[in-house]
Amino acid sequence: MKDSKSSTRKVSSFNKRLTEFFIMIAGLWKFQLKFFKELFIPPYEVEQIRKHMDELGIKTLPIVSVTGFIIGLVITMQMYPVMVRFGAEAFLPGSVGISIVRELGPVITALIFAGRVSSGIGAELGSMRVTEQIDAMEVSGVNPFKYLVVTRIFACTFILPILTVYVIFIAFVGSFIAVVLVQNMSYVYYLDSVIAGVEFGDAIPGILKTFVFGFIVGIVGSYKGYTATNGTEGVGKAATTAVVVSSLMILIFDMVLVKITLWLWPTI
Amino acid sequence: MNIVVDIKNVSKAFGSLVVLEDVSLKVEEGENMVVFGQSGTGKSVLLKCMVRLLEPDSGEIYIEGSNVLNLDHKELNNVRKHLGFLFQGAALYDSMSVRENLEFPLIRHFNFTPKEREEKIKSVLEKVSLEEAIDKMPSELSGGMKKRIGLARSIISEPKLMLYDEPTTGLDPITSKEISSLILELQKSLKMTSVVVTHDLLCAEIIADRAIVLNNGIVQHAGTITELTTSSDSFLRNFFSHEIVEDQNRRN
Repeated sequence: MKDSKSSTRKVSSFNKRLTEFFIMIAGLWKFQLKFFKELFIPPYEVEQIRKHMDELGIKTLPIVSVTGFIIGLVITMQMYPVMVRFGAEAFLPGSVGISIVRELGPVITALIFAGRVSSGIGAELGSMRVTEQIDAMEVSGVNPFKYLVVTRIFACTFILPILTVYVIFIAFVGSFIAVVLVQNMSYVYYLDSVIAGVEFGDAIPGILKTFVFGFIVGIVGSYKGYTATNGTEGVGKAATTAVVVSSLMILIFDMVLVKITLWLWPTI
Repeated sequence: MNIVVDIKNVSKAFGSLVVLEDVSLKVEEGENMVVFGQSGTGKSVLLKCMVRLLEPDSGEIYIEGSNVLNLDHKELNNVRKHLGFLFQGAALYDSMSVRENLEFPLIRHFNFTPKEREEKIKSVLEKVSLEEAIDKMPSELSGGMKKRIGLARSIISEPKLMLYDEPTTGLDPITSKEISSLILELQKSLKMTSVVVTHDLLCAEIIADRAIVLNNGIVQHAGTITELTTSSDSFLRNFFSHEIVEDQNRRN
């Protein structure tokens, strides 16, 4: 009897979570439709977009710099013994370069960006929602969705690709230092190997998908914050779930985008 | 007298919970109307329906002759630009200084030069006696100061209609009296019409020309404060006896 009650409770809790999940997906879908509708209606709030891009870039720069450097360094050190085993150590810079440019650089930068920015947007907008600042803006005749949400999503979408290019560069610096440490390779030889291994076409799908990742971070953070309820508890929940949902969506979309890229450009 | 606010048979429910039921109310030009009621009787909901922060399920709401429920977004914003709303927690923008908070509606809706804006900001800060707070952030202000700055932000665009949502909640009796007197003073000097949602009897005594009492989503009583507080109706006697006791406790 006790077991059956407990399993019924588990089933109903699962159903509740499943319902909440689908409500969130529908909410995100409606939210992004509203974003595209509002995006093309003036005023364009260029000053706010510039301000958010500055803030987001500066906020994330130190952490992505450190991460990029460590990724380049560690991946190179990890791959070196494997390449030696196959007698292919000359290909080390090229193969590390490909993995950084095509996958590690974009995805790791996006995940760090999600952790830093999505939670920040969720908390900031959530706090504005529960303290009626968003209502105050609306009553004053200003469109809060346009002023607060559209500008943030736009800034996220365009700042993440820039950060990714920077992280890739820093990762190469880390990788070069590792190569010098383990192989005593010259700068010129390292650069030659990278250029020979990594083609320009390798960078395109990697950079292109960061626009999608940036959009995901912006839309999830804004949605969670803008629709926050239940006071300070709701603000905390908005910040936490924004990170979880955006990180998960980045990984899922990465999988889909890699598949699409390989299907569209099989030679890349 | 010109009718500024005309609410006709407004109803609003959240799911199965009926908050407002056939509420009607007329506010004349220059009048201070107080909306009384216990917590959860729909006072704030009524105020938010008036500016369409919430959409009523039925009824009509006329502000200065326009039915706000029939207006498109642009028309609605034009109406909103000419009214002021003081929120319960003042709702100052956290990320902006006091100056930027006050400047915000001026930059968005008017073509003032920076010098004219500065003059307007100084003038409203003087009205609420907080000139020294101009460069402070909202987090550096006390509850009473926040309310004053919120009030300054609401009146900076010289609205004809002011809506107050619990203007004295969470304040000590002295500050509460000061805010109430300030509201009355501003209303007189700027010749505004006001709708004040409160359950603070002291505030209502200072401000109100007329008042209504909401109970279970309906307008149970209407009249002057004296008429309501001296009524022999059992509900009103019960309601105001609690308010008076609470008020006396606060005064002591």
